[in-house]
Amino acid sequence: MQISMAGANERTIDCNKASLAGSVSQRACVFCGSRVVLYPIADALHLIHGPIGCAAYTWDIRGSLSSGPELHRLSFCTDLQERDVIFGGESKLYESAIELIDKNQPKAAFIYTTCIVGVIGDDVERICRQLEKEKGIPVIAVQAPGFQGSKKDGYKVACESIFKLVGTKTRPIPAKSINILGDFNLAGELWILLDYYKKMGVHVNASITGDGRVDDICNAHSADLNVVQCSGSMNYLAKMMKDEYGIPSMRVSYFGIEDMSDALYDVARFFKDEDMMEKARQLVKEEFARLMPQLAWYKERLQGKKAAIYVGGAFKAISLIKALRLIGVETVIVGSQTGTTEDYDLIKRLCNEGTIIVDDSNPVELSHFVKEKKADIFIGGVKERPIAHKIGLGFCDHNHERKEPLAGYEGMMNFAKEIYATAMSPVWRFTHK
Amino acid sequence: MLLRHTTALEIERKALTINPAKTCQPIGAMYAALGIHGCLPHSHGSQGCCAYHRSALSRHFKEPVMAATSSFSEGSSVFGGSANLLTAIETMFTVYKPEVVAVHTTCLSETIGDDLTQIVSKAYDDGFVPEGKQVIYCNTPSYVGTHVTGYSNQVAAMVKFFSTATPKKRNVVNLVAGWMEPADMREIKRLASVMEARTIMFPDMTDVLDTPLNGQYKMYPDGGTTISDLTATGDSKFTIGLGQYSTEDACIKLENKCKVKFEMLDIPIGFKATDRFLMSLSRHANLPIPDSLSDERGRLIDLIADSTKYLYGKRVALWGDPDTLIPLTEFLLSMDMKPVYIVTGTPGKPFGERMKELLKDIPEAKFMAGDTADMFRMHQWIKQEGVDLLIGNTYGKYIARDENTPFVRFGFPIADRFGHNYFAKTGYTGAANLLIQILDAFLDHTDRTCLEEKFEFQM
Repeated sequence: MQISMAGANERTIDCNKASLAGSVSQRACVFCGSRVVLYPIADALHLIHGPIGCAAYTWDIRGSLSSGPELHRLSFCTDLQERDVIFGGESKLYESAIELIDKNQPKAAFIYTTCIVGVIGDDVERICRQLEKEKGIPVIAVQAPGFQGSKKDGYKVACESIFKLVGTKTRPIPAKSINILGDFNLAGELWILLDYYKKMGVHVNASITGDGRVDDICNAHSADLNVVQCSGSMNYLAKMMKDEYGIPSMRVSYFGIEDMSDALYDVARFFKDEDMMEKARQLVKEEFARLMPQLAWYKERLQGKKAAIYVGGAFKAISLIKALRLIGVETVIVGSQTGTTEDYDLIKRLCNEGTIIVDDSNPVELSHFVKEKKADIFIGGVKERPIAHKIGLGFCDHNHERKEPLAGYEGMMNFAKEIYATAMSPVWRFTHK
Repeated sequence: MLLRHTTALEIERKALTINPAKTCQPIGAMYAALGIHGCLPHSHGSQGCCAYHRSALSRHFKEPVMAATSSFSEGSSVFGGSANLLTAIETMFTVYKPEVVAVHTTCLSETIGDDLTQIVSKAYDDGFVPEGKQVIYCNTPSYVGTHVTGYSNQVAAMVKFFSTATPKKRNVVNLVAGWMEPADMREIKRLASVMEARTIMFPDMTDVLDTPLNGQYKMYPDGGTTISDLTATGDSKFTIGLGQYSTEDACIKLENKCKVKFEMLDIPIGFKATDRFLMSLSRHANLPIPDSLSDERGRLIDLIADSTKYLYGKRVALWGDPDTLIPLTEFLLSMDMKPVYIVTGTPGKPFGERMKELLKDIPEAKFMAGDTADMFRMHQWIKQEGVDLLIGNTYGKYIARDENTPFVRFGFPIADRFGHNYFAKTGYTGAANLLIQILDAFLDHTDRTCLEEKFEFQM
């Protein structure tokens, strides 16, 4: 873990280091990273080649909604046993995949390799080629043995897997088309964005990967622009698509009204289309007129509350700092598992002096900082929620378990409501003996 | 209709698990280790395993779950994880100051062949383990058995590392707790204390995974079996193992090591299993069963009598772990219900034997354990002929919705409901609690779905 403080010291955070052995790290593995990114592709088969745990823990854990097929929400696993570890699991994998492809008729198949497959040396690439030939669909080996790095490395593996599909099918699409990269349609967030873009006259070609479809991804190279959110997971894909197909990309965030508006304006600016820009302005104006009075109500009541943020990607943390400020909440601790040095520099510039900035912290340290900084609200994921509650803090899940969309203008309202509900809950008056 | 692909026709599956009714060993070891006071579980493998297990346990218990990881890298997978584990042990005692570190392996560290005995002994030699502190370990390869096996291995390790026989026997009965909720353990301890029996329960997750909110965060909560109690289990005069799959290994090891005789019982779910537990405890602690407990039993029986018309002949499908499924099936049968489909992903003979015996009067009953005994198979059976009630972990909610069937959550994991760690399913009051949930599920379903003209005030 590393700590820095805005203003006080200018130490650079050397991030993306492996956690020290023995630490109670909040981080996960390569498999986890690849699985969460590819998971929302709803008409593909996701088959996990490994022991049962890797499948059980990733079975329908992410509220990535689909407007159509829901094959992604089922859990398929070769369930490797001791004999497979000794004699190899290739035939088991082949037979499982054949059965599943015949039964479910997916548009593509992702075969995830896990730690153990990395060690026993099954030739998964060869089996995938064979399956592809026999079944006539893309079958992609997602090489994700957990030990090969952190979750962030898994994002890269996922990007490589997606990239194998890109460019394999071409069909005509309307002019001024974009791909949305890095939205996973948690609680239906993508659908909010689609509505905004539609109002602006922007065609969304492929969503990678929220509510994702194989055919759209195969045709992703036809778009004019990649609009990338959650930079940690999708920057790499955007870069590969730029190098190979010359598709430019821009980094956006859909959290908070400033960043959301910037995202829409940036897209309009990219297309140099005054009509589109005017529509974006109109949309923003309407949303602001609707939102601001409501947000003012929350701001008045939340003024002076302090928040601690601990999220996966640092880019999200940046949006959250701004969104919280909008409703009167000051951020006193910022932590991330997968931030880059540049992200952390930006966070430092954005935060007030004295804000604690941590990379890959553990719960004990986090709870210590929270007390020191007198935070009222904690924003994090599943492992942090119970700790926050135990020390009498409000909590907002800004991770896989969010149940209301937090993106877009509508999401900002939900966010304000959620922060208010948790920070102002009467329960906190009864927590101390 | 999330499960619209499920067909009634069962196809022969050579290799494939769909929607597993189990998970892997290490999470069981981690859960059991949390039942030792001041213990930090340690996952010897990649970072992801530890993160997944902690998340899964946190989702279920809504409680903080602490555990450390060896953070394997490409290098460790080639050269072995010895260096990682040594660093880890040093880090844990320096930074987190636990009383005990409980190491369990993963598929990765097992496959590359790390020798825990050797590595841990080196950790002691190199002075990484402070005076008075301990490192215990067990092997939990993910490709053998299930989460229940991992639990059992960790509990057996407690005996291996702690239980000690001294010449002085104590008038104490060991209660080896199988995989159940903290609330279930609390209820069993309450029953014992009402009888005024002296017992040591291990592992003991009460006050670990059901802690009060009082503004304090304790990395090591107040509960958990203490080291001195674990050591003293060797001097107890008898051991009762609750749940054969999760505790028999520990009971046998304790008998071999310290000559403490044992009896294998079911987890006391339902009145018959609770009767057996109380009678056994009464016999071995040499204490009578007080009237107050007979009254608790009587109230349960009264509740069953009052509600028989809603229970008779109801077809039930259940899934989960053998140690809870066996007494649960018995309880349902004792209320004149029909458990017709039962699956567990955990392999092993006793399940089939016990089920065969229990279900001998229900010819249509089907049960299955092991590899392809999964939720997909369960759903196929239900498609063939429906059921009136589902009982199992959250993974049944898809079937419950698709088939519009009443559903009572029971087992691990429950990720979408609250309170399972607070309200017991064991003992007479626990059985009543469970029965009430079953009745609520039926009656709510009737109220929601019955014809307008059949909708009634009194039921």
